[in-house]
Amino acid sequence: MSILVQPNTKVLVQGITGSFGAKHAQLSIDYGTAIVAGVTPGKGGQFFEHGGKKVPIYDTVAEAVKQSGATASAVFVPPPFAADAILEGADAGLDLVVAITEGIPVRDMVRVKRALQGNTKTRLIGPNCPGIVTPGEGKDSHGGCRIGIAPGYIHKKGSIGVVSRSGTLTYEAVWQLTSRGVGQSTCVGIGGDPVNGTSHLDVVRLFNDDPETTGIIMIGEIGGSAEEEAAEWIKKYCKKPVAGFIAGATAPPGRRMGHAGAIVSGGKGTAAAKIAAFKDAGIGIAVTPSEMADTLLKMM
Amino acid sequence: MNIHEYQAKQLLAQYGVNVPYEIPARSLAEVRPAAEKIAAGGSAKIVVKSQIHAGGRGKGTFKSGFQGGVKVTSSVDEAVSVAEKMLGQTLVTKQTGADGRMVQTLLLAAGAKIKKEFYLAVLLNRETSRPLIMASTEGGMDIEEVAEKHPEKICKETIDPAVGIMPYQARKVAAALGLKGDLFNAGVKLITGVYNTWWECDASMVELNPLAIIELADGKETVMALDAKISLDDNALYRHKNIMEMRDLNEEAPLEIEASKFALNYIKLDGSIACLVNGAGLAMATMDIIQHFGGNPANFLDVGGGASKEQVTAAFKIILSDPNVKGIMVNIFGGIMDCNVIATGIVAAVKETGLKLPLVVRLEGNNVLAGKKTLAESGVAIINGDSMADAAQKIVKAVGK
Repeated sequence: MSILVQPNTKVLVQGITGSFGAKHAQLSIDYGTAIVAGVTPGKGGQFFEHGGKKVPIYDTVAEAVKQSGATASAVFVPPPFAADAILEGADAGLDLVVAITEGIPVRDMVRVKRALQGNTKTRLIGPNCPGIVTPGEGKDSHGGCRIGIAPGYIHKKGSIGVVSRSGTLTYEAVWQLTSRGVGQSTCVGIGGDPVNGTSHLDVVRLFNDDPETTGIIMIGEIGGSAEEEAAEWIKKYCKKPVAGFIAGATAPPGRRMGHAGAIVSGGKGTAAAKIAAFKDAGIGIAVTPSEMADTLLKMM
Repeated sequence: MNIHEYQAKQLLAQYGVNVPYEIPARSLAEVRPAAEKIAAGGSAKIVVKSQIHAGGRGKGTFKSGFQGGVKVTSSVDEAVSVAEKMLGQTLVTKQTGADGRMVQTLLLAAGAKIKKEFYLAVLLNRETSRPLIMASTEGGMDIEEVAEKHPEKICKETIDPAVGIMPYQARKVAAALGLKGDLFNAGVKLITGVYNTWWECDASMVELNPLAIIELADGKETVMALDAKISLDDNALYRHKNIMEMRDLNEEAPLEIEASKFALNYIKLDGSIACLVNGAGLAMATMDIIQHFGGNPANFLDVGGGASKEQVTAAFKIILSDPNVKGIMVNIFGGIMDCNVIATGIVAAVKETGLKLPLVVRLEGNNVLAGKKTLAESGVAIINGDSMADAAQKIVKAVGK
């Protein structure tokens, strides 16, 4: 099994005709993901063609959902229009909206988060995230569900759940697992922004409830307190082994390290505090990022 | 992006926040007329404030030996004489680091008779994803220290972004500060204005430290933003042309400005091992692993997900402009990118820059074998790193020699 998406999940792409959206829609189709519709306002009625597949394009998400039966979307819309695109996905009743877009103003996300409050139907992942992958059973995990920009082939179907803010650090952990012959149930990148839809804790709870997931790798970084909140819950309720790594121990205070949310400010959000919370919760600490997979495997 | 105190007060004033009568001066020629205007306004004291993007100015020291980046003077002549010692000089404060910052603008203000000081700020509460007003009666102090030692002295009011600030919320904050009578009503207006500045300007943080009760010449009291600091959300600057014009490149590290021209995210640090990485998380982790094995990272550098040959070359040039750099570690996880393309870019960059320092490259991902072959056959001295740990250990050893 897996969480959030299955290999047969029907996916639409918002912003499918932009260069970034088009490239990753093609890669998802190549990976065997069911890309069933695209949305670009003003291009409804056209088709997105790749690898012998013709994906219909619609003007609105509501129409795309009605015609294609999609339940999840990938948002590749540029930052000024991304908040609108996310809420359009929620309005259309999607189960899952994955916002890949980097650079959305915080104020826009504050409004989006407020608008989604109490919405039990739609889950938002991201923004500024690599997306989500549930590996498939084919060669190099072909046939899985890939929403976003992660490389599909590094995955392997299996039972480890991976959750992280960062893209490349997720790939690093996944590749360490796959290289050791260990597969993943689902890998979720929740994004590096200060306001995001789904937290570490949300994903850990889903992994804890998923019967097929047997272990979890949780990767955090400086800024905010989401890692500490997840650790507190894990200490009390998590039934599965969790290994973790926190990036940014060497980052100077007051400087944003690439991700909008990766900043130690007012003495809050330090790597030391997060590592201490992990230790207190019995989470295995990878002392270096090279040891994320080994740390978990030793616990299992 | 950060802006200067005088710019922050200009924005605040636009949203109805009471600020002192002040005039910025960018040259000595502008100082005397500004000081004369303030003196003509009836103020016996003229305050001269250095404008740099760092706190601790009052207790700072100029490299010339002159003490204090903020001075209260008693005459126009004294104000001009103090200004001569500040303008064009480098001020070192506890926040600037040893290099300090050159003072290129002064702010001249009427001296105020301060009756009481408060702290007021608006910021994003990441736990609730909502704006938060923070206020304290302990003005002029380090708010982190107050939060630690006297959390009961900090009042917090969360704003619902769907509604905006309601008058009762501003009244709660004014009451917590102990404001009474006319000052209470003036405080409500000021607090509302500070919140609206935060929201309307897409600020990350608006901070008044201190917000103060001032006694005017006629003996009446009023509340005012005596000092102000605003930082802005870079991602929202596209919709604030007027604020974008406030950017002061003199306040930014030259190498970081150069990097931004190539869409590279570079932050200079103090160590000797430079790193070049794709992805912010992996870049932080690379710095961490260098330190874990006994080295010191010279920088944070994220070349992004789709680094081109031009970007890699620009990144090498920027890294090599830092005289402290004794070695380089490249760490690329080419998920979608072709590792061979990256390898070709690295070889070209090494040849173009004539690199003589030790270089360890760790490549992983798409088409990695071809990439490693390109590096091995290039004739360029490149040390291969098999994993992040292996690469970090090798560069620390190479630099340590």
